[in-house]
Amino acid sequence: MENNKPARKVSRRKFIIKATLGTLGGLVLGTYLFRKPIQRSIAGYINTLAGPYEGSHDNPVIWFEITPDNRVILQSPKVEMGQGTFTGLAQITADELGVGIDQVSVVHAPSASGNLDGTATGGSTSVSSLWQPLRELAATMREMLKTEAASKLGVAVTALNVSNGIISGGGKSITYAETIKGVKKWKIPATPKLKEIKDYQYIGKPIARVDLKAKVFGEPIFGIDSVMPEMLYGSVVRPTKVGAQYLDADTSEAEKMPGVVKVVKEKDFVGVVAKSQMEAENAKNAIKANWKVDKIWQTRDIENLIQVGKGDAIEIQKTGDAADMLEDPTGLITMEFTSPIGAHAQMEPNGALAFVEADKATIRMSTQVVKITRSEVADRLGLKEEQVNIIPTFLGGGFGRRLHTPHAIQAAVMSKAVGKPVKYFFNRQEEFQHDTFRPPTHHVLKAKLNANGLITAIEHNVSSGDVMYGSALVPTMVQHVIGADLGAWRGGMIIYGAIPNFRAVSWRVKLPFATSWWRSLGLLANTFAIESFMDELAIKANKDPVQFRLAQIQDTTIGKRLKEVIKVAAEKSNYNNQPVNGRATGFACCIDVGTPCAQVAEVSIEAGKITIHKVTCVIDPGLAVNPDQIKAQCEGAIIMGMSAAMFERMYIEDGQLKPIIYGDYKMASMKDAPKEIEVIILQNDDKPGAVGEPPLGPIGAAIANAVRRLTGKRLTAMPLSLG
Amino acid sequence: MEININGNKRQVTVTDASTPLLWIIRDELDLKGTKFGCGRAACGACTVLIDGQQVRSCSFPIGNLKEQVVTTIEGLGTPQQPHPVQQAWIEEIVPQCGYCQPGFMMATAALINNIVNPSDEDIDTNITNVCRCATHYRIRKAIHRAAAIQSQTPKVAGNGKQ
Repeated sequence: MENNKPARKVSRRKFIIKATLGTLGGLVLGTYLFRKPIQRSIAGYINTLAGPYEGSHDNPVIWFEITPDNRVILQSPKVEMGQGTFTGLAQITADELGVGIDQVSVVHAPSASGNLDGTATGGSTSVSSLWQPLRELAATMREMLKTEAASKLGVAVTALNVSNGIISGGGKSITYAETIKGVKKWKIPATPKLKEIKDYQYIGKPIARVDLKAKVFGEPIFGIDSVMPEMLYGSVVRPTKVGAQYLDADTSEAEKMPGVVKVVKEKDFVGVVAKSQMEAENAKNAIKANWKVDKIWQTRDIENLIQVGKGDAIEIQKTGDAADMLEDPTGLITMEFTSPIGAHAQMEPNGALAFVEADKATIRMSTQVVKITRSEVADRLGLKEEQVNIIPTFLGGGFGRRLHTPHAIQAAVMSKAVGKPVKYFFNRQEEFQHDTFRPPTHHVLKAKLNANGLITAIEHNVSSGDVMYGSALVPTMVQHVIGADLGAWRGGMIIYGAIPNFRAVSWRVKLPFATSWWRSLGLLANTFAIESFMDELAIKANKDPVQFRLAQIQDTTIGKRLKEVIKVAAEKSNYNNQPVNGRATGFACCIDVGTPCAQVAEVSIEAGKITIHKVTCVIDPGLAVNPDQIKAQCEGAIIMGMSAAMFERMYIEDGQLKPIIYGDYKMASMKDAPKEIEVIILQNDDKPGAVGEPPLGPIGAAIANAVRRLTGKRLTAMPLSLG
Repeated sequence: MEININGNKRQVTVTDASTPLLWIIRDELDLKGTKFGCGRAACGACTVLIDGQQVRSCSFPIGNLKEQVVTTIEGLGTPQQPHPVQQAWIEEIVPQCGYCQPGFMMATAALINNIVNPSDEDIDTNITNVCRCATHYRIRKAIHRAAAIQSQTPKVAGNGKQ
């Protein structure tokens, strides 16, 4: 079939590794780990599970504050970046602590509070990982309050009931606020029995976001909104060329600029502190910095690097003997796919407000890694971690961009240099050129079909820049134990377990610019490749794409949940294998962090322009703590995913990463976003699972599969272009 | 100089007439609801109303401001008396991270003043702000709802209405 022709020539050399194993053995294999099932099983385990919560589990006192007006303030170790976590945590708190949802406020726990998350806010794990610990903490706090109330009221604990923060029994009652009066030290009892899920009043309901008012009336809640008395403004010179290393700078002109307080020269950067934002920016532009640039990179250099067959490889999934079966070219179907460099493009630029004093530092900022930020700042300033207080603010978008926060160090160093608070943040060009990008990818898929039109063997090879490697989030030791980049291969495994032989291989390429976590990591590109290929195989097998998929999914617990979302998506949408009235539907699905999701995109093409009219999304995240916010996450993920799949692309021209501004970096706008999105939530598990990222997976392939129905043309590169 | 903003006359010290209005609003007047997004009028996070029309304040030099009336999100409405746009945003639970939303709301306030009942095409043409959480689906619903609320309300709440 003509569409199956690879767009680029694949190096066959690397695909015969298995065949040559007998003679060359480990020598050729390098880090090839397909003989190491232990790593593979760890890989598989991590691919399906949400990370555990790594913070305080046992001290309710640092989590909940009761105010004199009988409200509860929850000190959240997870940050709110739009994903709705604060609302979910408020619902959980209200239900187990026995207060009304309107009595709960959620704030970011400063690191000095001691309520610190050991990892990060990310990976779609905030509500799911806190589901058990937070309910237990709240229930324990409730029992502590009841015990104290019993002694104050002279009524047996067993006779007391709790409602809306009031404890009553024996004809008496007392508020939480009155109960805590005079208590110097709390005795923490054993964890009490939790309520039955059916008895929850708020969990499971579409409660309005708790941060709605702040966000609708423009309250100063973001890092960039932070102020301190006598605050000054900082700016740091950043190179425009990829791979540039700072050497030195001529700052003579900048020192004379209006408003300049001090030019700060460090071994690794040069910055300026001024009295206003504009003066800092102007003075920075007057600094002449020298950079060491070894190579002037171009986009084609990066495309040449990101090739399956180049770099280190690791087999992340293996069942049966796909490698051998796909060696023989008879009946072999092969396709290649690519995805470009992607920018986070979060709206609030990165930055920090820092105030460094003799023996302490205070930093207000948007960060997804409070603990890592603290440790990095303490390290640079020569302070103990306890002397650095990171006060997280609401994030003007996260998407993984705030898992890396060296700007906090720069703000702190500049503050120390002037002895005053300094607010420093990136301008937009700096954001675009110094992002920690979604790495570009190249995928090679191979499969064979049997006479019944079922897949006998399938293999996915993905080449990607680093996601996990080099991240402070994942300790080096863990990186070695896993042996592969769990970020790059998110979504890269074959989810069709009934296929007798399947295999996935991840190729690692080191790029000359920072690549890292981008919402859903490898999921978007990997699902685009695999689900487009599945669609092509269904066409080849002359089968309906939905039935084709259903026939090859195992009847495991997760397999059954996947089948269910697929069936419901096909039923509830206008799904049809053939175009109707100029509109075609494309289907795709994925499993991400244990959450199955299926999507149908309804698409038309007019005057060479792809229009997405409607997307139907069926997701099964297990217990839905807040169905409205799950819908909001799906709607956002679908539009962000279609934006990345259809429009977004960073390129490198004469050493510079471009574009440097919104608009030139084209993203979906009001006119592009589908006018109809239907989200259907299934709940085939009794605990909450991942929500924020899974619905980003299918959309790219769903659109491409619809375009295939309309045009007969298989689009194999993101951003999708009809050419 | 004197600025007529959100129903008040405020004095600000301007040393450089090319300073963008955005920084005067945020840093001199300490109204943080208006956001910096790009500094090149490309994203709309800094949108305010000048005499009722949407303006991207990051690219509007303070020297160009004379007698005009400036309205920011803080002057649009209050929790007690929300502007129809804010009321609609609450009812549709629009914001996620929320950073771009003041800009979208200001642009919408201008739109429904100019076009009482905007069509989807009117929205596509006039609302060109950037939202990375991709809340466009709810924004569209909220714009239609805001138009409906405003057309049903004889006197619009909020002191920012021109």
